[in-house]
Amino acid sequence: MSKLHITTSINGDQTEFLCNSDESLLDVLRDRLHLTGAKEGCGSGDCGACSVTLNGRLVCSCLVLAAETEGAEIATIEGMADGEKLHPLQRKFLEHAALQCGVCTPGILVAAKALLEKNPDPTETELRYWLAGNLCRCTGYDKIINAVMDAAAEMRGA
Amino acid sequence: MALDEYQKRDFKIIGTTPVRPDGVDKVTGRAQYGADFYLPGMLVGKMLRSPHAHARIKSIDVSAAKALPGVKAVVTGADFPATAKGDTLDVQEHCLANGVALYDGHAVAAVAAVDANVAKQALKLIKVDYEILPHVTNIEDAIKPDAPIVQAGRRGRHVPEGYSDNCTGWCEFGHGDLEAGFAKADKIITRTFKTSSTHQGYIEPNACLANMGADGRADMWCCTQGHFQVRNLCAQIMDMDQSALRVTASEIGGGFGGKTTVFIEPVALLLSQKAGLPVKLVMTRDEVFKASGPTVASMTDVRIGMTNDGKITAGDALIRYEGGAWPNSTIFPGAQSAFASYDLEAVRAQGLNTLTNRPLQAAYRAPGAPQSTYAVEAVVDELCEVLGLDPIDVRLKNAAQKGTKSSYGPTYDDIGLIQLLEAAKAHPHYSAPLGPNQGRGISNGFWFNFGGETSVSLALNFDGTITLVEGNPDIGGSRAAMSMMAAEELGIAYEKVRTIVADTASLGHNEVTHGSRVTFAVGLATIKAARAAKAEMCRRAAKIWGIDADAVVWEDGFAKPAGANAGEHDPMPIEKIAADSPRTGGPIVGHHEVTADGAGVSFGVHICDIEVDPETGFTKVLRYTVLQDAGKAIHPDYVEGQMQGGAVQGIGWALNEEYIYGEDGRLQNAGFLDYRIPVASDLPKIDTVILEIPNPGHPYGVRGVGETGIVPPLAAISNAMSRTIGVRMAELPMSPPRVLKAIKEKG
Amino acid sequence: MQYAAPETGQQAAQLLAEGTGISRVLAGGTDILVQMKAGMIEPDLLVDIKNIKGIRDITPEDGGFRIGAAVSGAELNEHAGVCAMWPGVAEAFDLIGSTQVQGRCTLAGNLCNASPAADSVPAIVAAGAIARITGPNGDRDCPVGDIPIAPGKTSLAKGEFVSSILLPARPANASDAYLRFIPRTEMDIAVCSVGVSLTLDASGICTHARVALGAVAPTVLLVEDAANALIGSKLDDAALAALGAACTAACKPINDKRGTIAFREDVTAVLAKRAAGIAQQRAGGPL
Ligand SMILES: Cc1cc2nc3c(=O)[nH]c(=O)nc-3n(C[C@H](O)[C@H](O)[C@H](O)COP(=O)(O)OP(=O)(O)OC[C@H]3O[C@@H](n4cnc5c(N)ncnc54)[C@H](O)[C@@H]3O)c2cc1C
Ligand code: FES
Ligand code: FES
Repeated sequence: MSKLHITTSINGDQTEFLCNSDESLLDVLRDRLHLTGAKEGCGSGDCGACSVTLNGRLVCSCLVLAAETEGAEIATIEGMADGEKLHPLQRKFLEHAALQCGVCTPGILVAAKALLEKNPDPTETELRYWLAGNLCRCTGYDKIINAVMDAAAEMRGA
Repeated sequence: MALDEYQKRDFKIIGTTPVRPDGVDKVTGRAQYGADFYLPGMLVGKMLRSPHAHARIKSIDVSAAKALPGVKAVVTGADFPATAKGDTLDVQEHCLANGVALYDGHAVAAVAAVDANVAKQALKLIKVDYEILPHVTNIEDAIKPDAPIVQAGRRGRHVPEGYSDNCTGWCEFGHGDLEAGFAKADKIITRTFKTSSTHQGYIEPNACLANMGADGRADMWCCTQGHFQVRNLCAQIMDMDQSALRVTASEIGGGFGGKTTVFIEPVALLLSQKAGLPVKLVMTRDEVFKASGPTVASMTDVRIGMTNDGKITAGDALIRYEGGAWPNSTIFPGAQSAFASYDLEAVRAQGLNTLTNRPLQAAYRAPGAPQSTYAVEAVVDELCEVLGLDPIDVRLKNAAQKGTKSSYGPTYDDIGLIQLLEAAKAHPHYSAPLGPNQGRGISNGFWFNFGGETSVSLALNFDGTITLVEGNPDIGGSRAAMSMMAAEELGIAYEKVRTIVADTASLGHNEVTHGSRVTFAVGLATIKAARAAKAEMCRRAAKIWGIDADAVVWEDGFAKPAGANAGEHDPMPIEKIAADSPRTGGPIVGHHEVTADGAGVSFGVHICDIEVDPETGFTKVLRYTVLQDAGKAIHPDYVEGQMQGGAVQGIGWALNEEYIYGEDGRLQNAGFLDYRIPVASDLPKIDTVILEIPNPGHPYGVRGVGETGIVPPLAAISNAMSRTIGVRMAELPMSPPRVLKAIKEKG
Repeated sequence: MQYAAPETGQQAAQLLAEGTGISRVLAGGTDILVQMKAGMIEPDLLVDIKNIKGIRDITPEDGGFRIGAAVSGAELNEHAGVCAMWPGVAEAFDLIGSTQVQGRCTLAGNLCNASPAADSVPAIVAAGAIARITGPNGDRDCPVGDIPIAPGKTSLAKGEFVSSILLPARPANASDAYLRFIPRTEMDIAVCSVGVSLTLDASGICTHARVALGAVAPTVLLVEDAANALIGSKLDDAALAALGAACTAACKPINDKRGTIAFREDVTAVLAKRAAGIAQQRAGGPL
């Protein structure tokens, strides 16, 4: 079976790849492009570890076919820092010790960034519901919530 | 005084909260976890799993799969060298069945192919002829004399009459005259409690990459809590020299005890051996639930007697655990910890383990303790309620303390339970008002903690910086803790120490990251390695100064002349000693190897408020406070993180998490949609109070903190539930249908 | 497997009609990709409808709104007009999955996946929504409740797909609400659920009602007795009790890993009463 040829933009860079019609975007990011920041925790939309944005919308990359991304704009954790300058969320995660094992962290950072772009001043409850699709088994979420709220405040210039 | 004994001191770095060394990699997606490794020519491995709870494998025909273009190897259990014995053979057979499939999801064959699609197709071409056998998946049935037998010949020597041959283990702990104790009681309560099997629920599925050469030497990368253990198990199963296999631990996406053994690693090696190419094997989430190592389910009878003024006169428990299709020893810590929070004159805890047609249980954070503690703490709470006593006062009245003969034998040294209970009583949470349909529960919890084999090497680089080499995967900030302890000891800046986790070829054996041992044992070895390096640096300075080595002391990163020579030379900084080291005797390395003991036991007290919707049984956790003794919190943020994470796993266990097996013996909820771990919106803030009652067995007073946090929540929430709905529930999880049923039955 | 992303509805219908083997529509993919991954289904052809012109639009029509089949949950919930007119439908759709799933999932996908527990379906059935079905021979309209016929099965013929769903206009003093029961606060499939749509007259008496139940039968149930319990009342205690009893009586639930028969019967009644109260309040009734 011949492969599909897809052209997308990933973190602002035009990217071409070949894939099978049934491969997920997550498979392509990881196994073909070796962008392994997005993790596969379940492959079924339940854990959020594979979160990326697709044309500005937060999605699970395990639930998107790579074939669907022709002409799309994709943003992954690898594009979050500006060179060596970390995004405020990344910095706050470190300051607040918001990660233990860190495997959920890329997905949560991508999801939190998408929230703050839509709502720069979320309540803690809004944040908890927004992140409900990002499972973290290590932290109990407490320090994650603190880190995002603090980053939001800093980003608002508060 | 031995050096590892605790000495009170003022710390400069310990107790601060610097950014962890692996932090930037983990917030940028650069950190490499188990599935993030790729090698040229790498194949994809996949496993074929039994759809039956119990079946004899009459035949397996792999010829069509082997013939499929792109398939490079197909293996079954018969392809392992037949050399493993005892527990290792059990582990091997759990990885790949040998003649009998013992649970739903038990692997029966594996393939390696050029890509995932070919591998999947190959699995479909494998023909397995099963003869279905009777199965049993729950404790009540498994222990009955006429139960289907999971594996013959496994009956434990000390198992009493009347139990089936599935019962592989029996234990008993305690002291004193039980009946005399119960005779003194004003009130005795007896109840039976059940808990379901739960999973560690680590977010990163088990993954490994194996590369075995034709010379029989191999490399492996995998996510594990202990790569030395992986190496040793794999070497035994594959009949290799331990030196022939080098294992590198990837970053690990959670383990909680579940990654202390192997499930796929030997299979990847076997496939790589047959194919002559690297093989990557990654479990799907479905496979993780079905075929890794969940924790035991339990059924516990508890009987406790109390006087009207709250003195416990006797406690007795029979703890029954099922731990899957092979023997396991979780009943020991389960029975030992059941009454460990109490100072009792008469106490007994008996444990019984039974086989079932389920995957071989692995450790899960304080293995065995949450289940038995739940049962004991629920009965203590009920006695308090019935006798109209304050649950903290009663726990204080009976609390174990220094000098108490514990319920499992040893006499306690310095412990912090009384301080914790007093702090809990004084905490604003304990006296905050409650609204309608709300209730408050508290519980104690205890965990032993562990030390074990440890090996650490600390190298002084020529610029005065330190490379610290340790052998335990960093699950939640341990590199930071080690760097802090080395920097503290050497009197240098935290940033000057880089801690790396070395592979199995670079250090002596390191026990698995379990038993909350790492900050204690690796920390202890780090401090001693630093002390060895300091002693050598003093010798080098003495040599340069031409004075006696004994006349040099180490302070704040400098060698200083002392005694008669004090003030004669300017203090010599670590950088100069390092730069001069080629000319004063060569590179300077401190190292330490030990089988650490003296891990101080640890206690926790949890307070929890819930609200129950009386019409639906829905439970909301409103407020939660964890108080725990850390001995000494090296990096308080990561200590709090352990306490919060453990509490939340316990909340999940108490309210919604469970393995659900059907009549057919198959697991019905092998995914995160129906295996319900807590999500962010389910939870309130988890408050923490760290107490520091130093562990006499560690130079800085450290106690393990990783596991204790999961012990109290089951009972704390159950006690809150009972006080909210006015009925004692005795089965976990307290899922809404069960809660609503209990409310309705109460009328 | 073949993947196609046609640009017109006719092409999509043609592809689906001509496909040999298993052909499936791909909308948000949040069901079908999970099913493919689990090996439950292995399609030979996937027709991605998201590139069809206009299929991502929400268009006012006859005082109501036509929702294109590829409109995601997140997009619908950003549409102030729909949220104001059909808050119960919006909240039901919004309950599906996580933020991530919301970025992709569709109403038509939720409907055509034909799960008894689909969250938006009781709400759109209660709303009296009409699906527009595009097929090789053109378009036809059909009440949404007639599309799922059994778990995983729809009444759509080969070549047909849902191209849009019309949420009709609603009179003054009318509104709707949807409630489901799940053990957690998010990320669960409904154990039971209720959608209520009702209209009040000037004095607050209910003149029209539709009550639909989810996850208590092989397909969503529209319960006439439940609606009748409300009609003619001001939703007083007696009416609500009758509503609850009618819902419990209509349930045909099973015991499964998500809940028991008794639990579903009881909680369906509870949810119905609460949802009716919310709808009443939204319709301008007393607090
Ligand atoms: C993590 C997670 C959580 C979820 N939680 C919920 C929940 O809480 N409640 C709930 O109800 N569902 C839930 N779902 C299921 C799913 O998200 C919804 O059913 C969703 O609405 C499906 O829409 P879709 O566009 O993604 O469907 P798809 O997956 O694209 O399609 C679903 C099915 O419908 C068919 N189909 C799709 N569109 C059309 C059309 N226009 N015409 C004809 N056939 C069509 C497809 O061929 C397929 O068979 C969850 C899923 C995930 C992964
Ligand atoms: S891997 Fe995509 S949601 Fe879990
Ligand atoms: S930090 Fe481990 S899963 Fe979140």
